[in-house]
Amino acid sequence: MTELRYLAPTSLDEAIGAFAKAGSAARILAGGTDLLVQMRSGALKPGVIVDIKKIPEMTQIEQTADGGFRIGAAVSGMALHDHETFGKVWPGVLEAINLIGSKQVQGRASAGGNLCNGSPAGDSVPAMVAAGAVVTVQGPNGRRELKVEDVPAGPGRTNLKPGEILVSITLPPRPAGSSDAYLRMIPRTEMDIAVVGVGVSLTIKDGTVTAARVGLGAVAPTVLLVEDAAKALIGSKLDDAALAKAAAACSAACRPIDDKRGTIAYRTKVAGVLLKRTAAIAAKRAAGK
Amino acid sequence: MAKVHVTTTINGEPMEFLCEPSDTMLDALRGSLNLTGSKEGCASGDCGACSITLDDQLVCSCLMLAVESEGHEIRTIEGMANGDKLHPLQQKFLEMAALQCGICTSGMLVASDALLKRNPNPSEEEVRFWLAGNLCRCTGYDKIVRAVMDTAAEMRAQ
Repeated sequence: MTELRYLAPTSLDEAIGAFAKAGSAARILAGGTDLLVQMRSGALKPGVIVDIKKIPEMTQIEQTADGGFRIGAAVSGMALHDHETFGKVWPGVLEAINLIGSKQVQGRASAGGNLCNGSPAGDSVPAMVAAGAVVTVQGPNGRRELKVEDVPAGPGRTNLKPGEILVSITLPPRPAGSSDAYLRMIPRTEMDIAVVGVGVSLTIKDGTVTAARVGLGAVAPTVLLVEDAAKALIGSKLDDAALAKAAAACSAACRPIDDKRGTIAYRTKVAGVLLKRTAAIAAKRAAGK
Repeated sequence: MAKVHVTTTINGEPMEFLCEPSDTMLDALRGSLNLTGSKEGCASGDCGACSITLDDQLVCSCLMLAVESEGHEIRTIEGMANGDKLHPLQQKFLEMAALQCGICTSGMLVASDALLKRNPNPSEEEVRFWLAGNLCRCTGYDKIVRAVMDTAAEMRAQ
């Protein structure tokens, strides 16, 4: 790693120029909680590291005029936790981010980094998929927006083009009666990788679900948006039949691996169970309880 | 390869050092800065033995580059006592023997201090969740958790 160069540009244009110029040898450093581990294990030997934390846009949390949020790509989990209103509006997204690693890790790790790391089990991703988040990326050919579910391309891979940097994540404003939740299954109580992760976002009017989104993690090569599960919930009063149908849709969407944390059969079943529990929490929150 | 010159503040003292771009903060602390209180356990952010604070934020020093400390404020276990006077957490860990082998202790203390600064009155559950990123294989946490709870109560009473 002796040839490594460290750059800490203060403007986005400068960062994109340096990142694009260095080509495939370059890596973006946000919190570094994945990058440094990959470097240490020898899995990665970057030639250039571009630290984006000195670019103001990357570390800002902004509540937009319409009530949504724009989160810079390098905002740490702890900074979001400490934000005055974010956790009130998006409690499920916050709880997902606050399940990433330990307090030490959350002091650095960002939702942007969690997304770009491309792990199918990244905790923040199913919750952001459920939230309908959109990411802004910028590269040598300008800015574009992507739905969060379109970012992961496979384990460790994203659909960002060469030279593109994730700038921010935008969460939409919420109509009254909306909330969200995230639950994951892990074999121990803390500090582990999700066996299954489910994010659910709901809008409920007079007891009936008027909008729903479901994100599902750790059961396929990428985090999934499960539209069939959302369809089963919309129009229902979250009765047993609707929940069973949504749970079945989650299980049907699973294409998991067998590993030491869980078998294919176990992950597939737990996906349905967690959908029911997560929807119940989101509904309770949406009702203001 | 040219070394990088870093200007930072460590335990309240302005500090300058040279490092390789790939050095972690833990490498710099234990190496040229000779601050060996922070321990290397896992070097992957799983054990918390190298915990420090960066601008009052609890972080693993193995998961940040030394160059990232430029212009920031670092605090380590070496800055916890006030001269010869131990921090109440250090004193309580001693009195209650909240350790066996001790390799986790400096990280436990730095993490516990960060918790009590944010929340002077944590529940036992909050202490346990906060310290989940600090691995202890000897005490099973009970003595450590009791020491943190006792210190918190003592500090609140003062």
